[in-house]
Amino acid sequence: MSLALKVENISKQYRLGNVGSGTLVEDLNRWWSRIQGKPDPLLKIGEKNDRTSKGQTDYVWALKDIGFEVSQGEVLGIIGKNGAGKSTLLKILSKITAPTEGQIKINGRIASLLEVGTGFHPELTGRENIFLNGAILGMTHKEVKRKFDEIVDFAGVERYIDTPVKRYSSGMYVRLAFAVAAHLENEILIVDEVLAVGDAEFQKKCLGKMGEVSKGEGRTVLFVSHNMGTVTQLCTKAVWLVDGRVHMAGSAEPVVQKYLSHGTKDSGDVFISEDQTSDNGFKFHRLTLLNSEGQPSSLLDIRKPSTIRIEYDLTKPITDLDISVRVNHSSGARVFSTVKFSCFNVQKHTLGRQAAEVEIPGNFLAPGTYTISIGGHVPHVALLALHESVLSFEVEETGSNMARYKGENYGIVLVDFPWKELSVSAHR
Amino acid sequence: MTDTRNTLNAPHQTFVPLNTLDSPETENETWSEIIRPKRNVFDFKLRELWQYRDLIWLFVKRDFVSQYKQTILGPAWFFLAPLFSMLSFDFVFSQVAQISTDGIPGPLFYLAGITIWNYFQGCFFHTAGTLHNNAGIFGKVYFPRLATPVSILISNLSKLLIQLILFLGFWIYYYNSGAISINWYALLLPVLILLTAGISLGTGLIISSLTAKYRDLSYFIGFGLNILMFMTPVAYPESAIPEQYKPYLLLNPIAPVIEAFRYGWMGSGSFSWGGMAYSFLFLGISLFTGLVFFNQTEKNFIDTV
Repeated sequence: MSLALKVENISKQYRLGNVGSGTLVEDLNRWWSRIQGKPDPLLKIGEKNDRTSKGQTDYVWALKDIGFEVSQGEVLGIIGKNGAGKSTLLKILSKITAPTEGQIKINGRIASLLEVGTGFHPELTGRENIFLNGAILGMTHKEVKRKFDEIVDFAGVERYIDTPVKRYSSGMYVRLAFAVAAHLENEILIVDEVLAVGDAEFQKKCLGKMGEVSKGEGRTVLFVSHNMGTVTQLCTKAVWLVDGRVHMAGSAEPVVQKYLSHGTKDSGDVFISEDQTSDNGFKFHRLTLLNSEGQPSSLLDIRKPSTIRIEYDLTKPITDLDISVRVNHSSGARVFSTVKFSCFNVQKHTLGRQAAEVEIPGNFLAPGTYTISIGGHVPHVALLALHESVLSFEVEETGSNMARYKGENYGIVLVDFPWKELSVSAHR
Repeated sequence: MTDTRNTLNAPHQTFVPLNTLDSPETENETWSEIIRPKRNVFDFKLRELWQYRDLIWLFVKRDFVSQYKQTILGPAWFFLAPLFSMLSFDFVFSQVAQISTDGIPGPLFYLAGITIWNYFQGCFFHTAGTLHNNAGIFGKVYFPRLATPVSILISNLSKLLIQLILFLGFWIYYYNSGAISINWYALLLPVLILLTAGISLGTGLIISSLTAKYRDLSYFIGFGLNILMFMTPVAYPESAIPEQYKPYLLLNPIAPVIEAFRYGWMGSGSFSWGGMAYSFLFLGISLFTGLVFFNQTEKNFIDTV
């Protein structure tokens, strides 16, 4: 199999902080050493891109010495926590920004879908936008024309095709946007979680189309996602980035398994650093998973109850604040969500650090790997904070009723539904 | 129990470079494209730009259509805007200030200046904002960035052509009344338009590159353009400039263009090949510098916006 893409020692340096007069001095410094033929003095410095700790300099390496190869027809998943460098890597691959060091060799035309509907103009009709968006993505007028009926059909917007897209429902808009993207004929596709949009039926259609893209036509796909279920389902290979470096690479399944079980901390106790800069009055502080003895742990006994404890900070009174906990199975399936309703009541609560616990009963989750996501929101009004897969834990079989089926996939939860024995003669 | 836990949580040691997993039998060393940190300063990728000509055309169409959607008068605004400027110029400069128009009827004199100036200003202003205004789309998808300024030139050209029709209407009226005369220099009009387009593109690209990182200049552009208009013989003829200021005001590369336009079509004012040559030289230098600057800026500017 020949290579479609070869990434060689790609690094990308970013400068943090504001652009001001200091930046000008550094630029002049850079320029002066270039004139003298010396290497860039600022490339020597630069730190690991750890968002949580404050570093010595303003320069960080968002990516450092990334290298991998992708064969033609392969679907590569790029996974990692927020801030691991996934988006930066995609931007470099899509030629949106240049790498600081290293090079990427490409065989074939690349199309990048970091967003669907880029360049859609609300005043233009669906028809006009299909042509415009197609051209932005690199299709010629002829190509779009040839695929036009297929695109309209795929999006299911035939009736509205000559209506300005500003009158479209958001679902229609997204469907049309994705339909254009799905009909690209480029040999290499770069996709950034665009599948997270659209209604369920359409998602299914798109997933099918994505699979088709790589399997049917020998096309190469690079795919960034937080949804591990989608990654295992679609990808043949996976690259796991940690702090701008390749942490692990290989077949998708084992990499995803490792990634999920890795969590963020081994202890079942995670302090949450906020990515968000806006102060909306709500911040998660800490998430702890406690075993039946009340100790933080990421390994649970199947028979014993455990407790999820959340600590959060309230700096403004928020009425109708709900806090939810979602547990996902490593396959990507959502096992359950549980919500603490109306967490702030002016009469009862004060601002500041708050804590809440929820107990998961024993004999409930089947053996396997799970992750916990937490969110704070006012339903239908605002999403205040969302942290996906903050913590992962393992449920271990220690002798439940289903122990004799150990290793079999009998489902994600254990149930104790009543069985009734019927006497056949009585039934008659 | 502790044992299991250690093996579960020790993936830090598992580093497997992907290329050892792949090992393609044949090393493929013919690549269709290589992405590098730096690229040749003089590689303007014009061939690639040509491949994206459909996109340029669609940008032009988008600008044109979106501008007048949901307006009642639609493209009539192309006529109305210069018409009103012409009337106010005629009132202020001709009636009130009584500045000479070289014997040309006021409306026609001002319309000639406004038409060329509007084209320059439209092209320059939007080109200067290229990187900044399109950061959203440039941050999501790659296409030759030059496609945007080129489409700006073309969509402004369509406006210019419409305004020229307006000009021609007035011109025919005054020509029939015998107030003006035409000469062979009128044929230079396409060259003049090209000059204006090239100069606005070049200077616009320079400003766009400079303001991508340091915004200071962009504050200057708005009122700078206003000042520049009064430094250009739009509302007054070159002959009205006092001798001692002439050399400075004629450094403005648009000045000879407007003068030549008036000279060819209305037979008064001045025309000098020296002025033309100066404008061409300015065009060459600014366009080249602009392309080099833009080329260097566009590959990384998205990191700083």
